Amino acid sequence: MPPACGSAVYGVALNFRAELQRLTGQLPVAPVLYLRPRNTWNTNGAAIRMPADAKELKMAGTIGVVIGRGYVAVNDVSIPHESYFRPAIRQRCRDGFCIIGSEVTDRVPKEIRISINGELRCRASTADLVRPIDRLLADIGEFLTLEPGDIVLIGEPHDAPLARAGDRVRVEVDGLAAIENEVVPE
Amino acid sequence: MRRARVAYAGAIHHMIEGDSRLLSGNPVVWLPPVEPGTIFALGLNYADHAKELSFKAPDEPLVFLKGPRTLCGHLGQTRRPSGVTYMHYECELAVVIGKTARRVTKADAYDCVAGYTVANDYAIRDYLENYYRPNFRVKSRDCATPIGPWLVDKADVPDPMNLRLRTLVNGKVTQEGNTRDMIFDIPTLIEYLSGFMTLEAGDIILTGTPEGLADVKVGDEVITEVDGIGSLKNTIIGDPEEYAHVG
Repeated sequence: MPPACGSAVYGVALNFRAELQRLTGQLPVAPVLYLRPRNTWNTNGAAIRMPADAKELKMAGTIGVVIGRGYVAVNDVSIPHESYFRPAIRQRCRDGFCIIGSEVTDRVPKEIRISINGELRCRASTADLVRPIDRLLADIGEFLTLEPGDIVLIGEPHDAPLARAGDRVRVEVDGLAAIENEVVPE
Repeated sequence: MRRARVAYAGAIHHMIEGDSRLLSGNPVVWLPPVEPGTIFALGLNYADHAKELSFKAPDEPLVFLKGPRTLCGHLGQTRRPSGVTYMHYECELAVVIGKTARRVTKADAYDCVAGYTVANDYAIRDYLENYYRPNFRVKSRDCATPIGPWLVDKADVPDPMNLRLRTLVNGKVTQEGNTRDMIFDIPTLIEYLSGFMTLEAGDIILTGTPEGLADVKVGDEVITEVDGIGSLKNTIIGDPEEYAHVG
């Protein structure tokens, strides 16, 4: 289910407690947003292309809140980066880096599981969010209107695993079909 | 040719400069001249402005993205929230991409440009945080990026890297510059961005602002203009409670 033309997909950085603590410990006053532009939108089963300037990619399986519709599974891929001072455009905005599942549920999911080559590498719970979903949407909506069809990615699990070319990555969100994609060399 | 998107007589129309409907005196609502794809903006892309903010000029373009809801058209209104102490305009030349661009060299960069327009990339500095700075609460607010009035065809702009630009607040010039003073020029920006991601028709690059920023207040009329491209007017409005005493 690629988002409709004109929709926006917003990611939220530092919204899992352990990740925020590891990197700063200081609660951002407003949600730390980044945009997943349309060139990044990708689908279940499609290849994730490893850029020539990267060796590993972070596989931040997460939950996407589709405004007015429900919840989807997302694999929010990026080139790993430690600095959050400047927007990570080069690390995040590569073609096909935001895989959005096609199935939507209206039951709030509670858990994200990320596996690489069949091995479970990360479990994350929505109980560990810095800003829970309702608060997150309200805090974003204070300055930026979320329209039906826009998607908000609730956060990157703090121990999101890294993958290399050849790896198969599976993201499971409870209540939704898994999404699975392979990393291939560019 | 200069093209506009307007709401007129109950529908959205594409009009070109000189259209009799624009001249008829009937009300026209100016919309952003392009339905936006990805909106890129540049920080610190004029040496004088970087100095003004006490930053050394960056080695690599400082790019940030803006969401689609931040755009508003010519003669629009932008809100200054109550309690804010520093909200400033930024007059910018905006480049509109006209076709798919992937790994384009500087030499070929202008081939993928459709045209140019004017943007005012307002910022509310009270909300700056050191996470993905400038953060969305500063730069991607609803209706806080006026753009327009026209999309001017590339063919009508022989040298986009030598255009004077300025801001007038309530009729007084407060910011002046020239696009030739950009640190990373248009071909460099297109080569840089298309080097790691695919650009598409409708993507917009706001190319940064020169020095001369100043606080704007509720009621101010702010005109950002680029010679040969257009003159874009916007009015600063306050929160509803600020009008409670009126009337």
